Amino acid sequence: MGHDSTYTNQKFKVVGTRVNRPDGVDKVTGRAKYGADAYAPGQLVGLFLRSPHAHAKIKKIDVSKAEKLDGVKAIITSADLPDLTGDDRDLTDILENCMARGRALYDGHAVAAVAAIDMQTAKKALKLIKISYQKLPHVTDVDQAMEPGAPIIHDFVRDRKTGKPSNVCKISQFGHGDVEAGFAEADVIIEKTFKTEQTHQGYIEPHACLANISSDNTGELWVTTQGHFGFRSTCAELLGMDVAKLKVTSSEIGGGFGGKTHVWIEPIALALSRKANRPVKVVMSRDEVFRASGPTSATSIDVKIGAKKDGTITGATADLRYTNGAFPGFWAMLGSMISFACYDIKHVKSIGYDVIVNRPKVAAYRAPSAPMPAFAIESVMDLIAAELKMKPIELRIKNAAKEGTRASYGPTYGPIGIGPTLDAAKNHPHMRARLKKNQGRGVACGFWFNFGGQTCVDLNIGIDGSVNLIVGTVDVGGSRASLALIAAEELGIPYEQVRANVGDTASLGHNDMTDGSRGTFSSGMATIFAARNAITVLRERAAKTWDIPLESVIWKEGAARATGKGNSNRPPLSLKELAASAPNTGGPIAGHNEVVADNAGVSFASHICDVEVDPETGVTKVIRYTVIQDAGKAVHPDYVEGQLQGGAAQGIGWALNEEYVYGDDGCLQNPGFLDYRIPVCSDLPFIDTQILEIPNPDHPYGIRGVGETSIVPPLAAIGNAVSNAVGVRMNHTPMSPIRILKAIEDSKA
Amino acid sequence: MSGVHVSTTINGDPVEFACPQDETLINSLRDRVGLTGVKEGCGTGDCGACSVTLDGRLVCSCLVLSAEVNGKEIATVEGMVEDGKLHPLQQQFIEHAALQCGICTPGILVAAKVLLERNPNPSEEEIRYALAGNLCRCTGYDKIVRAVQAAGKEMRKKSR
Amino acid sequence: MLSVSLTGALRSAVGGAECVQIQASSIRELISNLSDQYPNIRQHIDTGIAVAIDGKIYRDNWDVEISADAEVFLLPRIQGG
Repeated sequence: MGHDSTYTNQKFKVVGTRVNRPDGVDKVTGRAKYGADAYAPGQLVGLFLRSPHAHAKIKKIDVSKAEKLDGVKAIITSADLPDLTGDDRDLTDILENCMARGRALYDGHAVAAVAAIDMQTAKKALKLIKISYQKLPHVTDVDQAMEPGAPIIHDFVRDRKTGKPSNVCKISQFGHGDVEAGFAEADVIIEKTFKTEQTHQGYIEPHACLANISSDNTGELWVTTQGHFGFRSTCAELLGMDVAKLKVTSSEIGGGFGGKTHVWIEPIALALSRKANRPVKVVMSRDEVFRASGPTSATSIDVKIGAKKDGTITGATADLRYTNGAFPGFWAMLGSMISFACYDIKHVKSIGYDVIVNRPKVAAYRAPSAPMPAFAIESVMDLIAAELKMKPIELRIKNAAKEGTRASYGPTYGPIGIGPTLDAAKNHPHMRARLKKNQGRGVACGFWFNFGGQTCVDLNIGIDGSVNLIVGTVDVGGSRASLALIAAEELGIPYEQVRANVGDTASLGHNDMTDGSRGTFSSGMATIFAARNAITVLRERAAKTWDIPLESVIWKEGAARATGKGNSNRPPLSLKELAASAPNTGGPIAGHNEVVADNAGVSFASHICDVEVDPETGVTKVIRYTVIQDAGKAVHPDYVEGQLQGGAAQGIGWALNEEYVYGDDGCLQNPGFLDYRIPVCSDLPFIDTQILEIPNPDHPYGIRGVGETSIVPPLAAIGNAVSNAVGVRMNHTPMSPIRILKAIEDSKA
Repeated sequence: MSGVHVSTTINGDPVEFACPQDETLINSLRDRVGLTGVKEGCGTGDCGACSVTLDGRLVCSCLVLSAEVNGKEIATVEGMVEDGKLHPLQQQFIEHAALQCGICTPGILVAAKVLLERNPNPSEEEIRYALAGNLCRCTGYDKIVRAVQAAGKEMRKKSR
Repeated sequence: MLSVSLTGALRSAVGGAECVQIQASSIRELISNLSDQYPNIRQHIDTGIAVAIDGKIYRDNWDVEISADAEVFLLPRIQGG
């Protein structure tokens, strides 16, 4: 406790350099072990049986034939999973999402699971399980689910006013001022409705785990996750285990983007292992990943913005309707908080409607809920600019939020980076590049909160003076390199002398997930404090060796140095020397830190995008893309750039190609990478990045989260670019060739 | 279902295994031979994470039956290191930070190696189309393309 | 006395008020006194809230001190990806 996290403008030696990551060789040689790469002696294969119906009552499950099949070791249905969740509604929903309880709520909802000696036997067993379903009316569209007479999915969800069953589980309102007065002041008002289809995080590695519970109810779980501590507590609670008796090890993670912050197969894998008394490995197929994990919300959004002739926005409203999947969530609430966060608006109001539909339970996806309102609002901003004959970037600069602006979600901003990213965009050479026929340019900005959370690290000095840094935040994109850089910076030693590892749940205290762009921000903060803690110990050991007071020993450039009268002749004691003498100066040397890293600093970005649209086919090609974002301090610039490029690419996919397509039967029609098309290498240009470094005042190194904001502007940047290229406003993502052609056709009619 | 006996060469070593007739090569490589560097992202040939070469030809090992590889030569990412030294592609992927999560990396390296062997000096566009069958969700491909360009340059210099 | 502004669904827990007056000099005191005065707020605290003090958002650290003239907002807890 008592660590000062205030930013100090220190000069860095290794932080900010582009070193090779510690897990690089393992990952280019195939040695790195991911979720599906573990093996335990005697392991069984676990498979799930999933509902083929969008909504159905499960009248009967008969597993008797499957149980009798040779090689089948355990079968689990909801009957094997007593509800231990008490009055924790969220946990009850997680349990029911992992395995249907009496009703299948979406196509792909798990209804039974099998563990057998091999894949063939497990598949055979699934076919022998007989389930009688009674189909129920379903609804998958957000607007239809809100209509009177829509099929009701949960009886416990009630309309706040009438008390009648409803699919709207939450209504959230944010904003300030009097929007009607705001619109009355406006010279121009634009009102428009937008739709965004549901997308999936699309991590290439499917969910996978190896569960192993022994007969004394202690267990181990090897799993691909963004947060093994969180997975541990959720699984332990659902299965009635002590948290300390379940050791969870996070494998290398093959992408998560929010989708691996939630449990799906893991509690069931553990339950199968407990029942079979054998290790059980479960690996989702891609079909299962699409049908039963992730995705983000589909939305329907009305935006109204009013402005004066000089471009000042006088009032703005947004009505946001988000699918939550089959369980209550708060995704529209998040959307309603975020929607107008980029702008300084006197009269502003957002209302979010969280709506339950027969689709998989919505999971966080990189800056969750933010890209959709950005698409709607940034599109209307361009319409206002066109009406006022202003440059879109000038309209944004004029209305950009700044220090002292009251944010649309309530509080007043401190120093923030929206203005600088817009100025950088305005001055970027990209803005002056000439466009050709059928090409268009779009600009858009985006916001994300960022957050910190519970974090702890251990920093152990080896007997040879090399340093082992153990962190509890899963490394999703190179954070081990960044954190080792930070440890090396503090200790004054070369980067190569530090090795960063992600510890399992038995080796560290609780750590929150790697989400909310917190990994490098919060583990970085804990690493700084742990290193300073170790330095104090090192100084003590040197003081003891020299028999001088601690105050006379300073730590500089990787060595203890004696200061003060009569001490100047003492040669410094290096980390290596102090480590070697540690047995006789008090034993092993280590530093620790436990911290709640708050104040991650809000994040803003501005994107510029050029597209070329083929008017014959409606195919859009992104020809140039620039991301400008504030990183606070880029610890490892390569991996910051990587976050900016990766987020932009995901946003481009969302804007142009990706969508969940549901049939009239409520079943997902495209659960595979062939029909759910994420951007491939030939779809994209190089993605230019410009990192601004506006220090976060509440981090010693000025670090802000960087992982999420980059997915927020692309939908709108591309929407604006496409609209400029074809001369027709696009209001529905993905802007697939069919939708673009139709929009062109409709405009001619 | 009766099994088949497969005799093959993997990364230069003779390998024999038995498997069910309908087993795909990816599953034999991962579960029987222990080459878990071959990754499964989809099982339907859409993501390229399981890319290997079969007699020098780039294939998705999830679309090949193990029974088909009898007598053939297979190369996986595990075979790219020669004499304890990383292949230039492997080295450049690390230097250029061309991976984040790394799950697609083995397949992309195998595909890029095939490209550079056939076309030592590919254009950006040629690289992008050669890798279009390998999905990456983390990087936006920017640094991957740059790493392949750098590796190609390094290999051209060496072969001069 | 602090003026504590409430947003979203939190308002309904205090009878619809946009702003309430609470005696507190830290987040811990604020949470404690708020739930004494408005017991309905407890369920929101259990499911997660965040406190913004002068624009800085705190989710977990209840040790943070609050000066009497600070701008204080109670927000729902946010989740990230």
